[in-house]
Amino acid sequence: MRLSGAVLPYLAAAALVLTVTGLGWGLFVSPADWQQGDAVRIMYVHVPCAWLASAGYTGLAVCSILSLIWRHPLADLAAVEIGPVGAGFTALCLATGSLWGKPMWGAWWVWDARLTSVLVLFFLYLGHVALVRAFDDPTRGYRAGAILALVGAVNLPIIKFSVDWWNTLHQPASIGLTGAPSMAPAMLWPLLIAALGYTLVFATIVTVRLRAAVMERRIRGLLMARAASESGA
Amino acid sequence: MTRKRRRLWILLACGLGLGTATALVLTAFSDNLVFFVSPSDIAKVGGNGRTVRLGGLVEAGSVQRGSDGASFRVTDGANSIAVRYNGILPDLFREGQGVVTLGILQPDGGFRASEVLAKHDETYMPKEVAEALKKSGQWKPEAGPAPAGGAWKKPGG
Repeated sequence: MRLSGAVLPYLAAAALVLTVTGLGWGLFVSPADWQQGDAVRIMYVHVPCAWLASAGYTGLAVCSILSLIWRHPLADLAAVEIGPVGAGFTALCLATGSLWGKPMWGAWWVWDARLTSVLVLFFLYLGHVALVRAFDDPTRGYRAGAILALVGAVNLPIIKFSVDWWNTLHQPASIGLTGAPSMAPAMLWPLLIAALGYTLVFATIVTVRLRAAVMERRIRGLLMARAASESGA
Repeated sequence: MTRKRRRLWILLACGLGLGTATALVLTAFSDNLVFFVSPSDIAKVGGNGRTVRLGGLVEAGSVQRGSDGASFRVTDGANSIAVRYNGILPDLFREGQGVVTLGILQPDGGFRASEVLAKHDETYMPKEVAEALKKSGQWKPEAGPAPAGGAWKKPGG
């Protein structure tokens, strides 16, 4: 708690600087694509959001494992707080993807494997958000949410490899861990900086929410202790 | 300790079972999960009058634009099918571009499309790089996708 309070201002500042740099570079300075023209600039919003939608869900799944096996109280709270943020990034990914698809492909939406699996991810996030809050006893909500999150984790490899396993309208990945990226460096750098910035934004929002949740729990604990001592006295 | 260990094993077993089940389901349904079929697929099984999505590259030199639409051939390298489409083609439509067309295979072997979507590849580059690649003869957009990213920088790019 104390550590997170000390790190938070730097985290927020770095997130802001990197996001503004990456987006400003991508949206205004980087070259237009040879065939997509300026529409390619949607990439600098869409791709980091898509990465974070998956990465956020991975975080949710890890928290769920920690919660189910080791019953770690912080993991419970972290899972609750990651949910809405991840859902927001997924919604942004879907919305910008749709705006990109209409001028380039000629359709707002198609039911290909990539788009459908990301939509399923969005619903998994929404389901988790609803489920963890649906119980009077929060502990039961955490358990149910963790199980839902882990069952939904099978969707993550499906999203990642959907463009390789089946033919889809969505193009395959340009950037991989192995092999040269099929993207010019003048476009790749702003994308990577924007992605790092978005990641820090995600981390900042989750940290702020998590701190608030921990404080809320502590205050509730203090109030209950006081109520108990007053009724006892 | 033992309870944690037991929960870990239960979780691992559940994960393994769920993963296997999902993999089996996806393998079983893989024919239905594809967004489009290639000209070779259609050559193999025929169209049997159903509406299907046909995908492939627009064959170089096959595009004819008329007053009420266009006709072109969609190829996957091995087979190609003539497509007739009345409507507005997407901006990215060109020879060598990937397209996905929705329509019905006609008895004469032609394909009558009611929708044409452009499918761009995963290569992104500025106009100047594309021009340099074309000028140096490394790449013809009509003939297929651009060379891999690692190959650009050496000449002029």
